[in-house]
Amino acid sequence: MVPTNQPSVQTSDDAAGYYTLGAPLVDELAPTGPINTRWQRRKFENRLVNPANRRKLDVIIVGTGLAGGAAAATLGEAGYNVKSFCYQDSPRRAHSIAAQGGINAAKNYKEDGDSVERLFYDTVKGGDYRSRESNVYRLAEVSANIIDQCVAQGVPFAREYGGLLDNRSFGGVQVSRTFYARGQTGQQLLIGAYQAMERQVAAGTVTQYTRHEMLEVIIADGRARGIVTRDMVTGAIETHLADVVVLASGGYGNVYFLSTNAMGSNVTAAWRAHRKGAYMANPCYTQIHPTCIPVTGDHQSKLTLMSESLRNDGRIWVPKKAEDCGKDPRDIPEEDRDYYLERIYPSFGNLVPRDIASRQAKNMCDEGRGVGPAVKEVQPDGTEKMMRRGVYLDFADAIARMGREAVETKYGNLFDMYARITGEDPYVTPMRIYPAVHYVMGGLWVDYHLQTNITGLFCSGEANFSDHGANRLGASALMQGLADGYFVLPNTIREYLADGPFEKIDESHPAVVEAKTAVEERIAKFLSIQGERSADSFHKQLGQIMWEYCGMERTEEGLKKAIGLIRDLKAEFWTNLKVLGTADSLNQSLEKAGRTIDFIELGELMCIDALNRRESCGGHFRAESQTEDGEALRHDDEFAYVAAWEFGGEDANPILHKEDLIYTAIEMKQRSYK
Amino acid sequence: MNLTLNIWRQANANAKGAMHRYSLEGVSEDMSFLEMLDVLNEQLNAKGEEPVAFDSDCREGICGMCGLMINGQAHGPEVTTTCQLHMRSFKDGDEITIEPWRADPFPVVKDLVVDRSAFDRMIQNGGFISANTGSAPDAHAAPVEKKLADLAFDVATCIGCGACVAACPNGSASLFLGAKITHLGSLPQGQPERDTRVVSMVGQHDAEGFGGCTNIGECAAACPKEIPLDVISRLNKDLRTAMAKGY
Repeated sequence: MVPTNQPSVQTSDDAAGYYTLGAPLVDELAPTGPINTRWQRRKFENRLVNPANRRKLDVIIVGTGLAGGAAAATLGEAGYNVKSFCYQDSPRRAHSIAAQGGINAAKNYKEDGDSVERLFYDTVKGGDYRSRESNVYRLAEVSANIIDQCVAQGVPFAREYGGLLDNRSFGGVQVSRTFYARGQTGQQLLIGAYQAMERQVAAGTVTQYTRHEMLEVIIADGRARGIVTRDMVTGAIETHLADVVVLASGGYGNVYFLSTNAMGSNVTAAWRAHRKGAYMANPCYTQIHPTCIPVTGDHQSKLTLMSESLRNDGRIWVPKKAEDCGKDPRDIPEEDRDYYLERIYPSFGNLVPRDIASRQAKNMCDEGRGVGPAVKEVQPDGTEKMMRRGVYLDFADAIARMGREAVETKYGNLFDMYARITGEDPYVTPMRIYPAVHYVMGGLWVDYHLQTNITGLFCSGEANFSDHGANRLGASALMQGLADGYFVLPNTIREYLADGPFEKIDESHPAVVEAKTAVEERIAKFLSIQGERSADSFHKQLGQIMWEYCGMERTEEGLKKAIGLIRDLKAEFWTNLKVLGTADSLNQSLEKAGRTIDFIELGELMCIDALNRRESCGGHFRAESQTEDGEALRHDDEFAYVAAWEFGGEDANPILHKEDLIYTAIEMKQRSYK
Repeated sequence: MNLTLNIWRQANANAKGAMHRYSLEGVSEDMSFLEMLDVLNEQLNAKGEEPVAFDSDCREGICGMCGLMINGQAHGPEVTTTCQLHMRSFKDGDEITIEPWRADPFPVVKDLVVDRSAFDRMIQNGGFISANTGSAPDAHAAPVEKKLADLAFDVATCIGCGACVAACPNGSASLFLGAKITHLGSLPQGQPERDTRVVSMVGQHDAEGFGGCTNIGECAAACPKEIPLDVISRLNKDLRTAMAKGY
């Protein structure tokens, strides 16, 4: 194991005064030895729990998406006593269901040169060398098992005429390793995990708690031993105790208010754990997706993604002259159009990676060359301006070249969806697209066993930080969720549970009383403020601040301003919130209030993390760190580390722990797409 | 546009509900139906009246969480989910009646929110393939005829929203059930449990209090994912076959 890089030494300190430097962090469970043997050896070394003892062990899993649902199904089947929680009315509604594109796996069914090594390499490179190589290798290694498992469950993947599975390439990768079920792969995989979980519910090994929101983690005698939940129908505050707690609660992209996330996706489970001591790693790593349907007005509640596959045939342009922006695009002659991606990146053209396509679209609109209806943008300082936020994604050439029918066959469902949402016919006028927040790569810090720094608290799927670095490749999110749920957690959690069952605790334990009381007081506080503003209005304002200053492009000055604005917003929240209704009933305003304040606190930490990281990597573009051509410039010498933040206390600075990213199997290289 | 909304308000499962009338101004045709309700709720909150409770989550037509009777139609006048219905489907001055799903097995929780856990219980009763994690054969070990794979996919697109039940005069969940029976029963992996599955799922369907199917077809007409009525024939056929075998 010869390191290929030196530990980084940070010389800049943009966030001085906003944080405290803590002790370096080391993943004590990081495996060693040849990379292709690490996971196999670890699976063998991890202790077993005999079947009779498994029944005596209680496991709590929060979230029922691919990571949580798959883990509940697998651990239940193994014989543990599982309690599964979700805020939706059924586990089947978890937001994994909305993933469209596909799931990667190194099956090499196409014999086109794919392998575990290549999937590993592509993922580390795509993440701008900010993920852990051991974790990513394991992900690539188990990917093939995922496909087998899902097919056995009846997931209807696309097939060829010979009856074998079809593959396509995705996200700029040069091999065909993506398995898909039309544009609804996430739905089909989630239904597979959900059905496997319901089978365990029937078998009595899994108890499901729907419309239950986790509001606190219980840590007794140094171990996570349970959670406090609110029954969202009756308002009952309940405590649930266990030997181990798993958070599989998804990502926090809704910190921006407008995102492609489900409306209910929230950070509360992870953030409550963070406040209890769990480190939050790389919180500023956000993925912006370039092809979403633009915002139409301030009523907008969410953004809808158009599949990235459209960029294979569509051409992206804006008018050369700002005065043409209001015109019918069909009346703008060829010579007055700027196909800016083809112009700036002649070799990749419209297929440049997500971060680059997104940033250039923003640049065009910022220059005043955006298209579509001018929409009122409330600036974070309260002023308003009218902006056109859209660029054309034009299929006129594709229709001329392939014929309308061929375009319909390939993209028909996407065109229909676009027409439904916008009321425009994309076969006649070019579509309009704009980037939107899609996924977060940051999350709770975990070791190789997916355990947070709190003993007995595990975290999987999008809620943890470890596998995607600063930028997630297309079709890798589903892969990570299922890898964690079906194959990783069940093998690592048994090492922890081999020491269990832990000493029984009950409702009278001081840690349980403290956690429950804290939740009750917090809810009472929300209801008692009786101010003027709804939780949604605070959330929207937070989103505007985050998007403006901690979105696609970030500057030292902007981030400092954002931190001030967020602190003001937090102060106003606690004095001017208005929540009607009662605590002992279904109360959606109350639910939103709790989530919004957690987002506000997270938003502040995201800005501090972004301020500290004076480099551009992945979707995170620091204007102070760019090449002469305006491209993202990484600083491995300063920032090849995971930034794991410890909660410093109410109104105190967070504490930064750095975990060095040392590679042995891979060499860091600069990305270039010119 | 300006609208008059008649909305079912009901404090909880046991309370008596009633229609309430609201006027809403300045609705944009670009709003989704649910965004229109968001705007109404902001106004209600500002006036000190508790916002209308309704379910929604992904707001892109796939999670199946949203569902409203709009002017007596499940999900409203278009073949789509409520979150994908836009206000351009209405016109200035319209009066719109909004109610929760209507079916005994879907009791009202509050206002427009209903309890659809009966669907989960039907899945628990056989709506799966028993495949233990970690022991699956290679995915290419069992080829699947493309026609069957496509059919399985077409019906697996059911999002479990419950529109089929809400639209059915009998409150039958046969379309939901038929979709799952057809999905799993079309694939080689689903064959070993095909007979027990259909008997068990239909048993749970009836135990939940869903009505019988009388081939009216409102379910398929209301289904936002356009699950075809054929799946009910398939359901009935599989049930007869299983019963004839003595299951």
